[in-house]
Amino acid sequence: MSDLQKPAADWELQFMVAGCAEKRLPIEIVGAGSKRAVGRPIDSAITITTASLRGITLYEPSELVMTARAGTPVSHVEAELAAHGQMLAFEPIDVAPAVGGPQGAQTIGAVFATNLSGARRIQVGAARDHLLGIKGVNGRAEMFQSGGRVMKNVTGYDVARGLTGSWGTLAVLTEVTFKVLPWPETAATIVYLGLPDNLAVELLCAAMAQPVEVSGAVHLQAPVAARLGHSGLKSMGKAVTALRIENFSAAVAGRSLKLKEALKVYGKGLELDHRESLEFWGELRRLSVMPNRQTLLWRISTKPTTAPKLVAAIKRYMPAEAFYDWAGGLIWLEVPAAADAGTAEIRRAAAIHGGHATLIRAEPAVRAAVEVFQPLSPPVERLTRDLKAAFDPAGILNPGRMYANV
Amino acid sequence: MSLSRLPEPDRDVLARSAAIIKDLEQLIGADAVISEEEGRRTFETDALTVYRRVPLAVVLPRSTEEVAKVLKYCHEQRIKVVPRGAGTSLSGGALPAEDAVVVAISRMNRVLDVDLANRIISVETGITNLGVTQAVEAEGFFYAPDPSSQLACTIGGNLAMNSGGAHCLKYGVTTNNVLGLRIVLMDGEIVEIGGPHLDAEGYDLLALIVGSEGQFGIVTEATLRILPKAESARPILLGFESSEAAGRCVAAIIASGIVPVAIEFMDKPAIAVAEAYAKAGYPLDVEALLIVEVEGAPEEVSRLLGDIVEIAKPFRPKVVEMSSSPEQSAKIWKGRKAAFGAIGRISDYYCMDGTIPLSRLPEVLTRISEICASHSLKVANVFHAGDGNLHPLILYDANKPDEAQSAALAGAEILKLCVEVGGCLTGEHGVGIEKRDLMGVQFSDADLAVQMRIRSVFDPLWLLNVGKVFPLDAIEGQATQTTRAA
Repeated sequence: MSDLQKPAADWELQFMVAGCAEKRLPIEIVGAGSKRAVGRPIDSAITITTASLRGITLYEPSELVMTARAGTPVSHVEAELAAHGQMLAFEPIDVAPAVGGPQGAQTIGAVFATNLSGARRIQVGAARDHLLGIKGVNGRAEMFQSGGRVMKNVTGYDVARGLTGSWGTLAVLTEVTFKVLPWPETAATIVYLGLPDNLAVELLCAAMAQPVEVSGAVHLQAPVAARLGHSGLKSMGKAVTALRIENFSAAVAGRSLKLKEALKVYGKGLELDHRESLEFWGELRRLSVMPNRQTLLWRISTKPTTAPKLVAAIKRYMPAEAFYDWAGGLIWLEVPAAADAGTAEIRRAAAIHGGHATLIRAEPAVRAAVEVFQPLSPPVERLTRDLKAAFDPAGILNPGRMYANV
Repeated sequence: MSLSRLPEPDRDVLARSAAIIKDLEQLIGADAVISEEEGRRTFETDALTVYRRVPLAVVLPRSTEEVAKVLKYCHEQRIKVVPRGAGTSLSGGALPAEDAVVVAISRMNRVLDVDLANRIISVETGITNLGVTQAVEAEGFFYAPDPSSQLACTIGGNLAMNSGGAHCLKYGVTTNNVLGLRIVLMDGEIVEIGGPHLDAEGYDLLALIVGSEGQFGIVTEATLRILPKAESARPILLGFESSEAAGRCVAAIIASGIVPVAIEFMDKPAIAVAEAYAKAGYPLDVEALLIVEVEGAPEEVSRLLGDIVEIAKPFRPKVVEMSSSPEQSAKIWKGRKAAFGAIGRISDYYCMDGTIPLSRLPEVLTRISEICASHSLKVANVFHAGDGNLHPLILYDANKPDEAQSAALAGAEILKLCVEVGGCLTGEHGVGIEKRDLMGVQFSDADLAVQMRIRSVFDPLWLLNVGKVFPLDAIEGQATQTTRAA
């Protein structure tokens, strides 16, 4: 167990990073540690957590904006927003239940550092699209800021957004400012049962082309759907294809009707009411249909219409169970454990069909041996290394978490 | 007007200009190179016309490969390059330099692929912003960012400046609507980033490149997100007795949970000019006017507009005019869309672009009036209220050097005020040459150093769009530091 440091102020963090930079000591950066089992294992003597940098420092409901210290738990942020009828619209997913981390503990800084968004991403954009500004400390122990608290801001380069998805390898975020949105008055979910993957994705894409603002479009293969908590859907023994409509009540009713009419060739959709909808989409947010087991979990991003072919291509080499999100564009794929994590076959399928694959769950030894994140093209790899050197020349922040020597 | 200092042209490059032009002609053909003075002069400025510089040459490549050839050559020869779309930048982002080659992407304007099932379109970046929507509107789709120059401006320029528009309150700006791009780096290397899928792998290079003001490379192709068009949209016009009441009404609408597609604000001077020009039927006896547009099915729109009328009541609007037909909607929008042009007919103006937190609006409007009055200048305000993006238009007479100078000083004071209340220097026009020297108001030396190092990753020799975005002294400071470190 490495030495755990809990800076309670930015200057304290800055001081710690400066000390490590001078001695070239690698630091593992964590929030609540709920995603610690994702990525390549880090060999470091020191862990710094942002958990003591917490609290909401600004919230203006009428401007749809909030600022929170990076270590503030997402649960706290969402409770505060809910009290004002607002939400994190990109619906950050919690991968902890799938990788054996502490459930419901993730911090708001980590959400932006990893850019892991949930089902509503398809309508409103990803975590990165909601980020307005950051403060942080880079590997040179410089305190810096980028962006701000206003929605429209093109002053200087978009460094804040550029740090999303960098998994703590470029800077330690100390504060994030983000856009929030009102909770829709109500939600309904239309469910189609027993569709094969290709028809299901066709349905999801057709739904997304309707002017009804579908805010969730998922397909769960039968074995995955069987893990749902929703008693009705779970017991059907069939694949579940679901669409979410959110708005004020009259609009949801009208839009659901229109959507069902447009999709009637796929069958007669069942409808989940508001309460059932919340439960269903809540389960997906916690990835409870992909529980922590001795199998591997991959996250594959691709073009929706090619997703079923990509999964079929992988299935020629190994058993695989899929949960398609984002109208098919995001595949959570469970495959049996293997020393090489099926990397060669999965990445080959992704290369042929377009897209990229990240290994989310595997034993540390496997994650140390294979490329966990999608290997980069040579020019992008060069830019990546140069950016790392610009932010963290000594290579002390989460070294190797994403790529070897980055 | 007090102008930003431009970098001194490189005499060595100027001396070689004939040879450089010959080389460029050999590389991509004489018909793709503009070398005679008259032709070059066409490119001497953009929409910030107070700055003019005739470039060394202008090239009009027809393909990514030709762009790569030109950049590789300029890199080897240490010649500066200024990328250009349609030249509609309001911040001088496309201003050439005497020792630079302008690379204009206007010939590369093809639609490469329309993929309705996946809701994406791939284009060459010389296509106009409106051209993208036109390619998909027959199928019921549109491209969301809509800067007011959308008839002319290119996607390449939109990417460089991260352009917004009136409808970004709901749909976001350029960076939120790009999935992938093909960029030529200064050394001629062609790099593909992202693609037709969501959330590109690795670091978010798209985020860094979009809004980098042409300093990271030349983007030649882009994959953009398209959206199904709403069934209908209608605006409502609300007139108030004070700007404060209008501002509070905007906050109340947003706090209510309604997210309109647009909330536009005009103050009395702007209303008067727009009305005189466009005959939009605007009331002339109000201090502030809001145009709020919502969309959805017709019955949804009616309900939302009804809700907005109720929300507005406590702020005592003097005028409430709900559009009941497409003709009426067009009329309501006509005045707003014509406002800048209408003001331009009665006076020269300097258009500012700061953003502020909405809660500070009344105070900021008062102080903008005071600032302009202290310089004996008039100001008209037309802006995107939903996201706090102000466009104060400072009116002046360009033939009076004193007034032009005062307008520039007042403009700088207004932008400093925007930062002081928690906002920023520019919401959608970009820093360019215009706001370069104000960057220190918003950013610390460390903040700027972080940005300049990123620039060096993409363009280590600093040959692309030189002299913009960063104050020259900050650049010199950074260069000294780098030299010392090396």
